Amino acid sequence: MANHAEALAPVFVPVARDRVALALAGVALLALVALPWALGGGASALARAIGGDGAYWPLLAAAVALAYAAWRGHDRASAAICAVALAWAFVHAFALGKTGPSFGIGAALTLGVLTAGLARSVARRGAFHGDATVATIVVVIAALLLVFIFFPVGKSLVAALFDAQGRFAPGLAAERLLSPDVWGLGCLSGGTRCGVAVNSALLATIVGLGSTAIGLVLALVVQRGGSRYSGVTRLMSILPIITPPFVLALALVVLFGRTGVVTGWLSDWFGIPRSRWLYGLPGVTIAQLLTFSPIAFMLLLGALQAISPALEEAAQTLRASRWRVFRTVTWPLLRPALANAFLLGFVESLADFGNPIVLAGNYEVLSTKIFFAVAGAQHDPGRAAALATVLLGLTLVAFWLQQRWIGRRSYVTVSGKGDGGIPAPLPRAVWLGCFGFAAAWIVFTLACYGIILAGGFVKDIGRGDMALHLGHFASGFGIDFSGGAPRFTGSAWNSLFTTIEVAAVAAPLTAAVGLLSAYVITRHDFAGRRAFEFLTMVSFAIPGTVIGVAYIVAFNVAPLELTGGMAILVLCFVFRNMPVGVRAGVAALAQIDKTLDEASSTLRASTVRTLTRVILPLLKPAIVATLVFSFTHAMTAVSAVIFLATAKYNLATVYIIGRVEAGEYPLAIAYSSVLIVFMLAVLLAVQAAVGEARLGRRSAAALTVGHS
Amino acid sequence: MTRKVSGEVVFEGVTKRYGDVRAVDDVSFRVADGELVTLLGPSGCGKTTTLRMVAGLEAVSQGRVLIGGEDVTLRAANERNVSMVFQSYALFPHMTVLENVCYGPVSMRASKDAARELAAAKLAMLGLTGFEKRLPSELSGGQQQRVAVARSLVLEPAVLLFDEPLSNLDAKLRRRVREEIRELQQQLQLTVLYVTHDQEEALAVSDTVIVMDAGRIAQQGTPQELYEAPNSRFLADFIGDANLIDGELTVTAAGASFAAGGVAAPVRAHGAKSGPATLALRPHELRVVAAGEGVLEGVCRRAAYLGSRVEYVVATPWGELLAFDGDVRGRRARDEAVGIAFDPRAAILVPRQETGNR
Ligand SMILES: Nc1ncnc2c1ncn2[C@@H]1O[C@H](COP(=O)(O)OP(=O)(O)O)[C@@H](O)[C@H]1O
Ligand SMILES: [Mg+2]
Repeated sequence: MANHAEALAPVFVPVARDRVALALAGVALLALVALPWALGGGASALARAIGGDGAYWPLLAAAVALAYAAWRGHDRASAAICAVALAWAFVHAFALGKTGPSFGIGAALTLGVLTAGLARSVARRGAFHGDATVATIVVVIAALLLVFIFFPVGKSLVAALFDAQGRFAPGLAAERLLSPDVWGLGCLSGGTRCGVAVNSALLATIVGLGSTAIGLVLALVVQRGGSRYSGVTRLMSILPIITPPFVLALALVVLFGRTGVVTGWLSDWFGIPRSRWLYGLPGVTIAQLLTFSPIAFMLLLGALQAISPALEEAAQTLRASRWRVFRTVTWPLLRPALANAFLLGFVESLADFGNPIVLAGNYEVLSTKIFFAVAGAQHDPGRAAALATVLLGLTLVAFWLQQRWIGRRSYVTVSGKGDGGIPAPLPRAVWLGCFGFAAAWIVFTLACYGIILAGGFVKDIGRGDMALHLGHFASGFGIDFSGGAPRFTGSAWNSLFTTIEVAAVAAPLTAAVGLLSAYVITRHDFAGRRAFEFLTMVSFAIPGTVIGVAYIVAFNVAPLELTGGMAILVLCFVFRNMPVGVRAGVAALAQIDKTLDEASSTLRASTVRTLTRVILPLLKPAIVATLVFSFTHAMTAVSAVIFLATAKYNLATVYIIGRVEAGEYPLAIAYSSVLIVFMLAVLLAVQAAVGEARLGRRSAAALTVGHS
Repeated sequence: MTRKVSGEVVFEGVTKRYGDVRAVDDVSFRVADGELVTLLGPSGCGKTTTLRMVAGLEAVSQGRVLIGGEDVTLRAANERNVSMVFQSYALFPHMTVLENVCYGPVSMRASKDAARELAAAKLAMLGLTGFEKRLPSELSGGQQQRVAVARSLVLEPAVLLFDEPLSNLDAKLRRRVREEIRELQQQLQLTVLYVTHDQEEALAVSDTVIVMDAGRIAQQGTPQELYEAPNSRFLADFIGDANLIDGELTVTAAGASFAAGGVAAPVRAHGAKSGPATLALRPHELRVVAAGEGVLEGVCRRAAYLGSRVEYVVATPWGELLAFDGDVRGRRARDEAVGIAFDPRAAILVPRQETGNR
């Protein structure tokens, strides 16, 4: 049988000429002619070219050529023009480096349009099954990830190879990476201290084990106790979302610090001497357990609920004792989720910055040590980069183990539901033990939150001075109504407004980038799909501190000079929180039958129309969830942005950390309580608006991961 | 209503590979304009894949697809003049019936009013007037299916594709809906490609049936041709039940006879030549008679009374034969010695080598 001449091309090729490419060429021309090329305004590319800088002529020529090629429908030529122009723009800019201008609005628009044009024209030649929209989404997002995740992280890791004067120093790098400061095991043999990596790993192991155990106990009580304890579930699903990660550390200081409330009672009533026992491993451990055990709880509750009571009943009808049922049925089914909870706790603890910065004292951990290497008196970016490499390595090993051992198995259970039946009761003694512990832990958690919420209203809770006092709110959040229009005179307003603004800008961008990625990953098959999926998820595994260092190292010089502005904060949030949107989108899209897309395209709808008319309306719950989570994440994040915030663009969390370091606990606590109440209000308002069911608990568990 | 465009569909040596699997393997066929052609075959034989390649939902690995004489092999789904009724109906759950049906015209940039008018006409044609404002979830299965058909028809596509359209309906509705589809097709002179795994459904609605097996076309023809002259064991067995007997055909000037297990019986050769042959006998063509009165002797192994007929299993020198006998009053008992009789014209000689019709 005669085969078609184009047997090589199992793809679709568009018939009509690409009007969008023409529009793109127009936008590029406009940007080159009318918009300032560089950061901070100034001349457009055209003006620069006329002014004598010949390097801009090729770009202008390319834009004109692109318009012509698009007009004539020469896709191959369009692709070549875009690729060459992009390469030229980057090579030229990076060749000039520090001495050249930094990309501004004109450059960003031109480069973005050229990237999209490249994607479209390549797709129209057959790549991406001929779907220009999919190609644009994939290529543009991949390019953004390369620029805003891989480039900075790569550049900062390479920085570990250079000394403080910028000379190549591999020996120094080896020394930094392997020094006893990092890996020393002195503490085990008594005497000197351990290395910072060992400290971090030890803390992470304890916290991983502890939060898993606490999560399991709480989950058992809630699951076996029935709907009576659903309040606990609600509490645990909401708390991690609305709590900035240092708040529990603050609460512990206020309760158990040397001048803390509880310490005072113990000293007055029992004569237990005041001490600084809290600062160091014990305090950080407790704070992290409080912070991260809700995540383990949600994960394990999901797993327990997925274990069908019918299974346990089946075992019981086979005359197995309760204990035997637990050992032979429940436990093996639970094991992957336990391992998962442990590894997540481990990773969270490694990445955590907020608790150690408040409580670690002399117990050095990687995340804070990295920060001080950059921000402290030493200012040694090379050393910070080396430590970041170690932290990233530890984290990746943990994630690798998680994927390797558990993979997706335990994720499946998170969404699972029991199919009726009543869970077998626990053995009495076990139940009582669990119940008692769970109750105590919940009371403890509530006490911590209570002290934060109440602490701002007394004179100096840090020193036990409990006189009612509104001065902290006044100094932080004072409003002066005297001159007609209110003036926000409080010292916290600036950072609060910036935070809300940044979070509000970042949230829709995060949702867009995340959900579009999820759409192409789940709905389209193209070469490199798995690689693209990996790209979109990778920032999940990178601790915030590492990203922070990376951004500082990579984005403080031309042509990508972003530090000091608000854009870098937004970008940081978007690309750090993007995996949240991807996950929410993938989960939601799995619920939407793919034949709906297909029906849409057989009804002659373009991919864009399918996306906007069919997919997006059905994705509404995922969109809302992603908006809410990325907003609250942005409001509560510390670890990355503490490197990036400036006096002008300060963020709430960074401001609070600053107050803590200055010893101004009352203001820090007052501000924390404002943040918590604000976010709770946002969350409840959204829930009321879209209905509780839509913000599935499952997403809460999955999404709080990677929060630091 | 007049149709402007030809809906002729031509497959030329089309192959679809998924990795190493050939879901569709070098398939060629032609659907004439205004014809209803069924793709029939067991589950997993490549019917849906074939249909999706017509729609442009799957890319062709090799070969050509032509619609209305035009090569559309490299056209995406939304650039083909083809509509599909999905097995799950794929109605947009967030749109009303009217919005669903208007979706196609609006995609084609029709004005809102024009789209409404087109949609209303199709809804009326399918008896759905009055349901415009409902959501799909507020309709019964049968109504949902009609909406799906209306939505596909509204663009007046050159070709209409159905993928197992009856599989989500209950048994009572099936017969009615398939008749409605056939009626609509004839009334509008639609070109329809219809996928089913149910041979009765295929025989009932089609002008032509294409039987597929393991990604290839096993045979194609009118329902009658397939039933009366299957070209392989697979087909004889798949279209209606058949007793398949391997033996030896002897054709002489006086007539033909078929021998197996040492017993010969007269058959009609239909042009077959002497030599090894396979005989297919439909169960309802066999009569169970008293011992000595038939062409074959046997023992009744099982007799199941079904009201309108008796289903026998009879052990004979030709093996165990299944026979449906309408003579319910003269029912034979188990282990009774019986004879088997059949009209020589009912004998179907199946070619020994299984060759696909390609
Ligand atoms: N997307 C796919 N990837 C891999 N194999 C597939 C895919 N779709 C179908 N197949 C395989 O192709 C064969 C034909 O499938 P299909 O056309 O759906 O069969 P039918 O509709 O006749 O039941 C089956 O073996 C099926 O497993
Ligand atoms: Mg099928």
